[in-house]
Amino acid sequence: MALAPADAVERARSYSHAVVSWIDDDGYPTSVAASFTADPSTARVDVGPLDRSTLPPPGRELCITFSHIRPQPGIGYDERRYVNLWGVAEVGDGRVRLTATRATGWDEAELPFMEYAERGVPKAHAYFEAVGGRPRLSAWWKLFLATRLPFLTATIVPIALGGAVAAHQDRFAVGYWLLALLAGCAVHIGLNVANDLFDDLSGADAANTTPTPFSGGSRVLQYGLVSRRQMVALCLGAYGLAIALGLVLAATRGWGLMWIGAAGLALSVVYSAPPFNLVARGLGEPVTAAGFGPVMTLGGYFVCAQRFSWEVVYASLPVAILIALVLYVNEIPDRAGDAAAGKRTLPVRWPADRVVGAYAVSTVVAFGLVPLGVVLGVLPAWTLVTLLAAPLARRAYLGIRAHYDQPYALMPAMQTNIGLHLAAGMLLVTGYVLATVF
Amino acid sequence: MPEEPGVLPPDVEALLDVALVAELTVVDATGRPITYPLIPLYDGRHLFMTSAVLFSKKLRHLKANAKVSVALTDPVGVPAEPFARATVQGDARVLDEDLHEGWEALLPLWRAKEPAIDAFLKKRFGIPLFFERSVIEITPRRALYWAGGHTEAAPVVTELLDIR
Repeated sequence: MALAPADAVERARSYSHAVVSWIDDDGYPTSVAASFTADPSTARVDVGPLDRSTLPPPGRELCITFSHIRPQPGIGYDERRYVNLWGVAEVGDGRVRLTATRATGWDEAELPFMEYAERGVPKAHAYFEAVGGRPRLSAWWKLFLATRLPFLTATIVPIALGGAVAAHQDRFAVGYWLLALLAGCAVHIGLNVANDLFDDLSGADAANTTPTPFSGGSRVLQYGLVSRRQMVALCLGAYGLAIALGLVLAATRGWGLMWIGAAGLALSVVYSAPPFNLVARGLGEPVTAAGFGPVMTLGGYFVCAQRFSWEVVYASLPVAILIALVLYVNEIPDRAGDAAAGKRTLPVRWPADRVVGAYAVSTVVAFGLVPLGVVLGVLPAWTLVTLLAAPLARRAYLGIRAHYDQPYALMPAMQTNIGLHLAAGMLLVTGYVLATVF
Repeated sequence: MPEEPGVLPPDVEALLDVALVAELTVVDATGRPITYPLIPLYDGRHLFMTSAVLFSKKLRHLKANAKVSVALTDPVGVPAEPFARATVQGDARVLDEDLHEGWEALLPLWRAKEPAIDAFLKKRFGIPLFFERSVIEITPRRALYWAGGHTEAAPVVTELLDIR
């Protein structure tokens, strides 16, 4: 990264030694290290004393490097940083003086390695173009990344919940439920892939230099691992499978399922497809809540019970809120890239304290709905086990508040937040199972 | 340590064997030096470094001008006992026929210095372009060695000719 010379010289003062390099008369670079003094006010560095035989000729172009790492025995190292200064050599009294005219550097405490690497993606593509290759990864890993397979928990939880409510009513039908699960996963994969395609076309993912395993899209297009054509085929294939399974289930379990399927498909399309692109209008959270809450849960329930149920809708609300919060928190590190691409998500629109505050309130509402449902007689008492997941909400909240502006330090909180949805959702399912058994 | 006697003076090899970081200096398109901190690996004949395609500018410089120096200077990054400093000048070759797996031949040398590389490699799907890497193979031509790291004194200079 380019640095102002005075700033670079100021930074240089924290290093233990300097490495002076120049091109010798044979055309080879020569490097020699020594102690130094630095004056940021004049952007000047004095290095030495050096032996006469290893002094650069006066007037020679120099690069002076300051480098630091901290070894971690048995592991590797951390605290990587360096500064490079350039200028012309002045030589006297066994010392080299350089007044910096240009400087670069990197400090992983300021620019985390992952972001530093992400900024190099255009260079990687240029290099591949020059050598005539392309990045490789096994077909399995490409599929794993492109579909964002671990996020299928967002589909598995509500469909499991729908099945659990049906079981509580003695209406569970395992075969149809499994088909519904497959159809739900197919819709979800289609949605993930479509989202990547639209974020690629809008430039949102390319503008995002702080992707994490939980945000910033799958990156398979940005890294050149998969072509747009392959992604379109995957997207259409997933939606096609979902539609086919939906038709089979509707024909066998009741055409009322078509309303659920149509709602799910419509939500997944309006989420990121133009001209709707609701996620860019700050409406991604309600769309996600509806799709991965009542719609999926009702689907899982309907294929078993062959009817609709307000109990199912109510039971799905905590899961709906928590999955919307997964999207919401994952948008926090993406907000710079999203803003650059005109994707005005809630973290783009709102200041940090409002984003964090709204998270806290939402989790309280999500968990509050469970005892309220029990008091109202909508949910069985066993579903109170869901509250066991509440400490995760606090942990996620504290992590988000502490690391709001640090994408990589935020990752544990993002992971906890995803775990919160999974844990609370599966505890809700467990509550229904316990209520069915006892 | 390599099993057969290496091409470099033993004192310099001792530094290379423990060095976690070295300063690779290359010549840029304008003829100026530019320095990159990298892990140095050594097999007794050549020095090796690897570079991810994400940080490929140095590779372009090397393809245009093969002359390089590798400096071992940092008491922390080169934890040798007794401490010393060295600079090796040489000619570099960029090996980029197989960016995906070609560099893996250096894994035993790399693992000895950064055992965590195996854990990172298992997760290469998470940062795939970092593991698309060129190998920089450096044939040493001259070695400068400063006992005790005292560069105010003249270095011991060893000329190394016609190493293939």
